[in-house]
Amino acid sequence: MTLTLGHYLTLGAALFAIAVVGIFLNRKNLIVLLMAIELMLLAVNLNFVAFSHYLGDMHGQVFVFFILTVAAAESAIGLAILVLLFRNKSSINVDELNTLKG
Amino acid sequence: MDVKTGFFFLFSAVLLFAAFRVITARNPVHAVLFLMLSFSQASAIWLLLKAEFLAITLVLVYLGAVMVLFLFVVMMLDIKIDQLRQGFWKHLPLAVTLGAVVVLEMAAVLLTGFRVSDEPAVAQVIGQPVTDVDNAKELGILLYTEYVYPIQVAACILLVAMIAAIALTLRQRKDSKAIDPSIQVRVRASDRMSIVKVETTRAAPPAAAPEENKP
Repeated sequence: MTLTLGHYLTLGAALFAIAVVGIFLNRKNLIVLLMAIELMLLAVNLNFVAFSHYLGDMHGQVFVFFILTVAAAESAIGLAILVLLFRNKSSINVDELNTLKG
Repeated sequence: MDVKTGFFFLFSAVLLFAAFRVITARNPVHAVLFLMLSFSQASAIWLLLKAEFLAITLVLVYLGAVMVLFLFVVMMLDIKIDQLRQGFWKHLPLAVTLGAVVVLEMAAVLLTGFRVSDEPAVAQVIGQPVTDVDNAKELGILLYTEYVYPIQVAACILLVAMIAAIALTLRQRKDSKAIDPSIQVRVRASDRMSIVKVETTRAAPPAAAPEENKP
């Protein structure tokens, strides 16, 4: 039994599904939501690397490079906002974030 | 079943277990640690896919920097976990059903849908097959020739993110008694003391208009 592209894609899909389930389960906990988003990005990156390997195209890996960059920036700003939020509300419960009445 | 396949299944089993623990762990610190475990397994899987540079980048940037940032933030916050886990068990059946459906459907499609490319293809970078050049070098050639402007944009994004994160979290404490030495050094006498000329004798003001005497 040799590894095919399908194996890697299925692993990516399972990882993505776990992250979606995590967002369902921890809807109130902002920090676990951020972690689930990181897992989703990891699943997407896994797909990119697998396609890059099996199709012999390096551009997929370049794309992963940029996704990593943007994900790092996103998590840094997200955590900064989280700290600011905790300073103001003393809680990271998503249900209490209703200042804008959206 | 060769060694590579065995390693793939080992790494993916640990990866999926760690990801599952990330979303179910009670303690957020444990969740971050399991997230670190899952990222390390993913980097091992990328090594199996011959993406060495990205694998080491994942370890250095993600495990070394981003996850430590997560860990710091989680340890800094005082989280009331019981309140945040309200509805966890209520949503569990629906969420697990949904996730299982997604995984099964995707697996059914993906495991049979890509039979065309079972053999890994050899990438071509500037005319020569990649087997002669190592992964970091070919990635670097691509990044600094075709992707020069996107690299600059990515650098700007990182700079903006850094400035934004600092600007968001920096605050001036109201009760701080810190003094700025440069202002102290540049002070002049006129800033501290002002001389007011007061007339020693002053003419009496003119008598008030005799309006109140009116009837």
